[in-house]
Amino acid sequence: MAAVMPIPAASRVLLSGNEAVARAVWEAGVKVAAAYPGTPSTEMLEVISTYPDLYAEWSVNEKVSLEVAIGAAYAGSRAFCCMKHVGMNVASDALMTLTLTGVVGGLVIAIADDVGLSSSQNEQDSRYWGRFAHVPVFEPADSQEAYAMTLAAYELSEQFQVPVILRMTTRINHVKSLVTVGERAEHVGAGFTKEPGRFVMVPGNAGKRIPLMFQREIKLREVAEASPLNVIEAGSDKRVGFITAGPAYMHVKESFPNAPVLKLGFSCPLPVEKCRELAAMVEQVVVVEEVEPLVETELKAQGLKVLGKEILPLQGELAPNVLKPAIAKLLGEPVPVVSERLAPAQIFPRPPTMCVACPHLGVYYTLSQVRNLNISGDIGCYTLGAGHPWNALDTCVSMGASMGIALGMDKGRGEADKDKRVVAVIGDSTFLHMGMQGLLDMVYNKGNVTVLLLDNRAVGMTGGQDNPGNGRDIHGEEAPRIDFAKLVSALGVKDERIHKVNPYELPVLFKTIRDEVKVPDVSVIITDQPCVLIKDYHKLKPFEVIDDKCTGCGNCIDVGCPAIHVTRRGKEVKPSGREVDLAFVRIETSVCTGCGLCVQPCAPKAIQHYAPVSPIKLVQGGCAA
Amino acid sequence: MSENTNILVVGIGGQGVMTATEILAEAAIAMGHDAKKTEVAGMAQRGGVVSSHLRFGQRVLSPQITPGTADVLLGFESAEAMRWQHMLKPGGITLMNTARLVPPVVELGLFDYPEDPLAEIRKTGNKVVAFDATSIALELGDIRLGNTVMLGAIADHLPFSAETLLDCVLKRFQRKGEKLVALNRRAFEAGRAAVGEAEAAVA
Repeated sequence: MAAVMPIPAASRVLLSGNEAVARAVWEAGVKVAAAYPGTPSTEMLEVISTYPDLYAEWSVNEKVSLEVAIGAAYAGSRAFCCMKHVGMNVASDALMTLTLTGVVGGLVIAIADDVGLSSSQNEQDSRYWGRFAHVPVFEPADSQEAYAMTLAAYELSEQFQVPVILRMTTRINHVKSLVTVGERAEHVGAGFTKEPGRFVMVPGNAGKRIPLMFQREIKLREVAEASPLNVIEAGSDKRVGFITAGPAYMHVKESFPNAPVLKLGFSCPLPVEKCRELAAMVEQVVVVEEVEPLVETELKAQGLKVLGKEILPLQGELAPNVLKPAIAKLLGEPVPVVSERLAPAQIFPRPPTMCVACPHLGVYYTLSQVRNLNISGDIGCYTLGAGHPWNALDTCVSMGASMGIALGMDKGRGEADKDKRVVAVIGDSTFLHMGMQGLLDMVYNKGNVTVLLLDNRAVGMTGGQDNPGNGRDIHGEEAPRIDFAKLVSALGVKDERIHKVNPYELPVLFKTIRDEVKVPDVSVIITDQPCVLIKDYHKLKPFEVIDDKCTGCGNCIDVGCPAIHVTRRGKEVKPSGREVDLAFVRIETSVCTGCGLCVQPCAPKAIQHYAPVSPIKLVQGGCAA
Repeated sequence: MSENTNILVVGIGGQGVMTATEILAEAAIAMGHDAKKTEVAGMAQRGGVVSSHLRFGQRVLSPQITPGTADVLLGFESAEAMRWQHMLKPGGITLMNTARLVPPVVELGLFDYPEDPLAEIRKTGNKVVAFDATSIALELGDIRLGNTVMLGAIADHLPFSAETLLDCVLKRFQRKGEKLVALNRRAFEAGRAAVGEAEAAVA
């Protein structure tokens, strides 16, 4: 978690976009903030939870987090929720009706689009939700704007009783820049007023709210037209004018300092007249927006002659090295050639991998040793099981999808797969997020799937956040802890088909998986060892390789632990005449935590507890560890 | 806009690349600069590639360093220093730790680790200074000092004084006691000296 120092009002500090939003949420007098972790949005709620005088929670999923925020806003308090782009897909059911009821206390929904896919399964443009739900969208371009727009969003939200979307991207959430912060203002909630015509969305009531939503949108467009968040910046080079928003604005200014620019901060409803104003100033207009051509399409529909995705990519960031050649080409100028000097060195890739001693290592090593499996995977650290050396995860789509996809693979199996066993792999937090319903469906519909529920007591990939599975709340304080065995039993899995296994005991894990995949029923195998990055994990004595005993078989390398390194390679001709590759290894004892996984497949027993020759101090972690 | 200083810090997840860049940013801000710091990190906590961009000057717009415009490349690992050479401007300098951190995909025999990343960098014609930050840290008694050694290494290649940077480094350890402050001061000076000596040897 980010360490937060109390920041005095009026000080100018280096903050990420996430930290800036958190500060503004606190200053705005927000009473309730809720979220489910997801890169690049996670730090917003982590930091909010360190501020006093407000309630913050990790919700079990994004839909619940939005509903919690809605309840608080109905009750008259200011509320906040945030999520990554795919989280909004989950929460959208609530959003699409929330737009009809509107809010009482201000409600801001910060959505973090992972433009460039640094840690996501897809790339989405969350500005669509503004159009879809007819709610306003703000787009900050740096941390200072993220801070200021969050405060402005609460004002607008209450003025129009409408939730406001703050659309961020990775390049806002995770960029640190200077922010001048202010003071907290108390917000006194009005209290909940029973008003069924507004808050009970049955057809008769909802139908009457729809025209109000459209009237609100007309007024919001007028506000957007006059908003100081939408500014035309004059420029001397009138060959091309730009309409842009978010981080793309910074890239445009960096690339074309003399061009006229309309910077959109309040981008939905779109201030079309303001766009016309810019168009009248320049020879041609280029819309620079990440990711989809939303503004471009709307302006074209309004009869404006603009360019956009004809000359710019639909995917990824629109950084200067993308913008400059595209505009040069448009203007008929020589396009700067990307010389070989500007291409990255062609060396080995360094994909993310599982940590030293990660409990998932044992699971994937075992899965890689069991034949005839189709493995339906899910979202989390364990998605890395798709990589080398395990290659033991065959699908990854959305949170909780491993359950339904496994059942579908079972029911939809063709002749070619009749001997294949279907396995689903899901983590504790993902299971609680959206996997439970899939398991219930699997049981109810008599599926034949073996579920591996990897309980490592943390939301691992986003930094080890707490969840209902580990008995701690967002502040690390004790909270009710779900019992996974009882939970899956309650969902209908037969008690004899539920197994709790220590993933470091490979023979037990192997036998349990091999036995259960043969049973034509729903089985759940729960692994119960903690993530190595959380405080529940206890390090053990490290291991080392006794060089004389290592035969170079390479079995330990197949575990996939990053502490194992090859010292030399060789070849051996077997009695059968077959030539095999040998890889002799060592263990980096300074990072080994003694999990013992690599010891188990080592036939010559060459891996033993580390016995230092001289009494040197052993240190863990840190630089170059 | 071209007046901005661009510093690229590269390494792998867990090495402290992002913290080092943040301290550099704090030093730039202490000197009255505007600054932006950004990462291409992805799931870097899991041993992946990390490249952290720092830009500072009168006013910084885009947070990203455009390929071919970095003034200094601070490499926490040999192959990573090599991977990012294309980011340097002509005449830019690389300050690199000679440590080699070999990833599982190489141990599995799927890829090769470059035999001599330093020689490969020299071939590009870019200036490079190499030093063993990991050994320096271990000699001082704790591998975790490597981060401060790296910051000492860049101290004389910034448009502000080494003392400004040192102040920002030590501020991080103030609450942790005098002993750690003193140790980090030594690590900083050792990194600074290592680069100074390596440069003197070349000159």
